[in-house]
Amino acid sequence: MSIPLTLDFSLRQGAFLLEIHERIEARVVALFGPSGAGKTSVLESIAGLRTPGQGVVQIGTRTLFDASAGVDVPVHERHVGYVPQDLALFPHMNVRRNILYGVDAGGSKQLEQVVGLLEIDPLLDRDVTALSGGERQRVALARALMAGPALLLLDEPLAALDLGLRERILPYLERVRDELGISMLYVSHAEAEVRAIADWVVVLDAGRVVRSGP
Amino acid sequence: MGEVLSIASRTVALAALATLVMLPPGVAVAWLLARRRFRGQVVLETMISLPLVLPPVATGLILISLLGPRGPLGALLERFGVEVLFTWRAVVVAGAVMGVPLLVRTARAGFEQVDRRYEQIAATLGAGPWRVFFTVSLPLAGRGVLAGALLGFSRALGEFGATIMLAGALPSTRTIAVAIYTFTETGQDAAATAMLGVSATIAFGALLISNHLATAGHQWRSS
Repeated sequence: MSIPLTLDFSLRQGAFLLEIHERIEARVVALFGPSGAGKTSVLESIAGLRTPGQGVVQIGTRTLFDASAGVDVPVHERHVGYVPQDLALFPHMNVRRNILYGVDAGGSKQLEQVVGLLEIDPLLDRDVTALSGGERQRVALARALMAGPALLLLDEPLAALDLGLRERILPYLERVRDELGISMLYVSHAEAEVRAIADWVVVLDAGRVVRSGP
Repeated sequence: MGEVLSIASRTVALAALATLVMLPPGVAVAWLLARRRFRGQVVLETMISLPLVLPPVATGLILISLLGPRGPLGALLERFGVEVLFTWRAVVVAGAVMGVPLLVRTARAGFEQVDRRYEQIAATLGAGPWRVFFTVSLPLAGRGVLAGALLGFSRALGEFGATIMLAGALPSTRTIAVAIYTFTETGQDAAATAMLGVSATIAFGALLISNHLATAGHQWRSS
């Protein structure tokens, strides 16, 4: 299922200006571009972790941010899952408590389905500090999915993994896309990765969109 | 010896109570100073730290003017039949006020060591500000908060100046520090030395644990 995504805003950070004026309808959008292009800032603006100077952010018919109307939905009410590059697994909780964190707060997705899909059953009672890179990646993904997001933001989900692991993680993302039907916005600077999973590509360079299309 | 023990146990109990009293406001202020930028921040920071540099008797005098029968707080409490001055409550108040700067400083450092990333991600998972605080910020800053609480406790334990102003040296309010003074004044050197031993032992233990917590604390970083 694809949800129309309206990203029409500008964000200034010091001397850097990010401007994006896109309306996209796709299941998986890849946000592609070199380091410093503003990819993470786009994700953080959608998640509500950064506040654009002006413009609109909409997921489907839900307006998350509208500067002129004074709308700025709090982060915890946005229902936008975010898996940052550093994953930020809670170090004081085991895998199970990490994964269930969003469920306690009113999330909906079933534990068994997500755990089965990402094959993290044997990890549930492990300490998050005792996981491998690929395991951490899947746990972070499961944690975001369990909160029942309307849109999943993935920041370079494979960047920290070696080639072998990348090839193993990618199918999990495809399963999330196909079996859970969750729309994703996927940031990457590796083109091969982008092509494998996305049905819409936005290329960003120095804060501007230089290409956008299926 | 019985008197020494009774004074020591009263002091420990009242210092522990003072710690409980200072914890909620102290932790809240520590979090505010670590995580928010607001008008009057420097003023709040300075006011909280004031008891560290003011003569304790001066702090005691300020507290008397607030809590005395004609003071704004004292008058209010009197209406509810609560007397503070020259009771055990005065010892608790003096200990809490003198201990809270140390709690705030150490707990603030604890909160500052927690990577904001965890708090942000908790929010994206649907947790509101209170839930983020109690399930992420506070547990991750736990060692710093505990170290600060122990420092505050140690300070309350040894409090003298504000305590003697507020609570006097009555048999019912006498703490270790006050007892050392009165025993020495009245030539009871053995009792004073015994009190000193008890005081040093407890303070040493509390500080040892506090320092251990503060230095062995993890720096919670998400990467």
